[in-house]
Amino acid sequence: MPVNNDAPAAVPALVRKNRAPLAWVGNGFLILLAVYAAYILLSNLVRSPILFFQNVLDGLKLGFVYALIALGYTMVYGIVKLINFAHGDVFMVGAFTSFYAVAQYNLHRWPEMLFPGIPTGISVVVGSLTVILLSMVVCTILAVTIERVAYKPLRDAPRIAALITAIGVSFFLEFFGALQFVFSPRFIPYKSPFDTVAWYIQDGIHPIVSGQASPDNTISFSNIFLIILAASVLVQLFLQFLVRRTKIGVAMRATSFDKPTARLMGISVDRVISFTFAIGAAFAGLGGVLYAIAYASIWTQLGILPGLKAFVAAVLGGIGSLPGAFVGALIMGQAEALTMSYISTPMRDAVAFTILIIVLLVRPTGIFGEPAGEKA
Amino acid sequence: MKRFVPLVAITLALLLALVGCQQAPKVLKVAVLAPLSGPVPTFGVSTRDGALLAIDEWNAKGGVLKLKITPIVEDSQCTPDPAVNAANKVINQDKVHYIVGEVCSKASIPISEIANAAKVIQISPTSTNPTVTVDKNGNTKPYIFRACFIDPFQGKVGATFAVNNLKAKKAFLMLDQGNAYVIGLSQNFEATFTQLGGTIIGKENYTSTDTDFSAILAKIKAAKPDVVYLPDYYNIVNLVTKQAKEKGITAPFMGGDGWDSSDLDVKASDNGYYSNHYDASDPRPEVQNFLKAYGDKYKDASGKPIVPDALATLAYDATNLLLQAIQNAGADNTDKVKAAMEGISFNAVSGKVTFDAQHNPVKGAVIIHVKGGKKLFDSFVAP
Repeated sequence: MPVNNDAPAAVPALVRKNRAPLAWVGNGFLILLAVYAAYILLSNLVRSPILFFQNVLDGLKLGFVYALIALGYTMVYGIVKLINFAHGDVFMVGAFTSFYAVAQYNLHRWPEMLFPGIPTGISVVVGSLTVILLSMVVCTILAVTIERVAYKPLRDAPRIAALITAIGVSFFLEFFGALQFVFSPRFIPYKSPFDTVAWYIQDGIHPIVSGQASPDNTISFSNIFLIILAASVLVQLFLQFLVRRTKIGVAMRATSFDKPTARLMGISVDRVISFTFAIGAAFAGLGGVLYAIAYASIWTQLGILPGLKAFVAAVLGGIGSLPGAFVGALIMGQAEALTMSYISTPMRDAVAFTILIIVLLVRPTGIFGEPAGEKA
Repeated sequence: MKRFVPLVAITLALLLALVGCQQAPKVLKVAVLAPLSGPVPTFGVSTRDGALLAIDEWNAKGGVLKLKITPIVEDSQCTPDPAVNAANKVINQDKVHYIVGEVCSKASIPISEIANAAKVIQISPTSTNPTVTVDKNGNTKPYIFRACFIDPFQGKVGATFAVNNLKAKKAFLMLDQGNAYVIGLSQNFEATFTQLGGTIIGKENYTSTDTDFSAILAKIKAAKPDVVYLPDYYNIVNLVTKQAKEKGITAPFMGGDGWDSSDLDVKASDNGYYSNHYDASDPRPEVQNFLKAYGDKYKDASGKPIVPDALATLAYDATNLLLQAIQNAGADNTDKVKAAMEGISFNAVSGKVTFDAQHNPVKGAVIIHVKGGKKLFDSFVAP
């Protein structure tokens, strides 16, 4: 029997053999765009490197938050081939949960209230962790509920039905949340469980004191940036460990590879899928709290843009691939920060979604994506 | 014969209903269009409460033209489409002749087109964009008025204050490119600031849903202005000033009446200034009487009387101006009321009001300084 010897689909589309002559126009335009972008970046890097690195840091702050959300998108797609558009809104619910925990119930001060003698540092850390954990739990419950109610009945339906349902759930969460008796449609000033402190780097690290200007041409960062960095990296390492070294990880990989066979092997596919949704949502909730602490104004449509950008990040990195989502998110964060600085702030969304179009044109499977292999 | 019975019954019922209608007591309907949801609901609630207080006071004195005033409150969401729907509803369905609203210029402008065409009088309490009362040919819309000073005046006041009081020579502008209110204030600030000898060293755009201003703030830090003019609503101000503090920017931020909200983050916007329509520490009797009446009627969640903000005050003033004009006109006829309004001279809470040829009130502005977690009265700038 003839063996399928086609050139592997992983080869980028640019080098495909029988391309029409007019394809050069499109490809040429993309190449020019890439050269122009590189020129802008390099010239600004040379002109003022400190500002460039400051922008890189701001881009990392955004990128790591997008990474937390993109992980959810990519895992869910890997398992059920569904783009869960409601994921951005789970992120929003995480932010709101932490807001109510802090503003109405003062949950971030519970160590102080139960043990009055406790040092403030420990109290703040424990209190904040409690708030974050609560948000993660609420998001997990929400996501599992959504999965059971909205997605599970459509598992054998055409994929477009599940996609439209996901969009419907997304709108439902946003506008139900906007009702007065739920979250209200206001832009709510967020109350953070801990205060943000900022530092600048110049001959060592010094704190930025409110009311005093920090010196020019220095790079500044804040404690929330470090927390986002640490959280995102830890989550990524944890997920790698989970997927590679644990039984449930093997079950997840098996289910994503071939669901019926996994069932035959004794894996409870329903539970694995629910678990995937749960894990993704927990980290989206974490991302929601951290985003709200960094950008302290929340509203029910908070999750739309970061959710969409995280989705683009997941596609960019290769949807279905965990390291891909992480790398894609970092790239998206950088693109956004550098666009805001060197082109203009309103252009950042345009650039983010242009990246999506370019990825789909040039390499639809993404950076780390594997083309759908042939199953023997 | 059987077929006629239901028909006759229905006709009789309808006739009875019509007769019943005519015997309903006559009332004067006043519509209040306020953004109860959307980006600035605290503005909407204050506006509605101020207007309703004025209506209650008039009703307690016997109403206007011996008619009881019935308010019809609609939510226009500070957004053009819902505002147009609300205006159409109150004009066509409720047959209202008088509208108090809206708060935001971008909603008031479309409402004014509809109201003017339908010969319905509209008085906006707080829309400051000039094109609310003036159409694109420069003609005043005959039935449209406002109770507050306009953007050109606010921008001018801001620039004058920056130059004279803050001794600023270099200013940086931040503006939301899609918001007519912000653009209006910014342009007028720029014009007056340069006229008084200052220079605008930077101008940056953003959109109303932006949350990350780090790129713009990095530019501001590098440019080192003496003042940053950010005439946007309080939700954006909260985000920008907080991130500015984290970046170690100490230049004072200035803005307009969009800053005036209980949701303003006073810690982040510390050392900020904004122009406003009134301040509670003004000793004039109109102000103090209004404060007492408002506090008696509206209490917060813990039972304390609420201090009205500028939006409640202007809504109160706008409604009073309208009802006084109707009383002066002597009839529920919008042409007569329009003429009465044009000639009115009224001691409002926010200052003595007379109307100029563009149906804008001639009155002054107050500068508020945000310091130490409080909003303090700084100075009064005359028209």
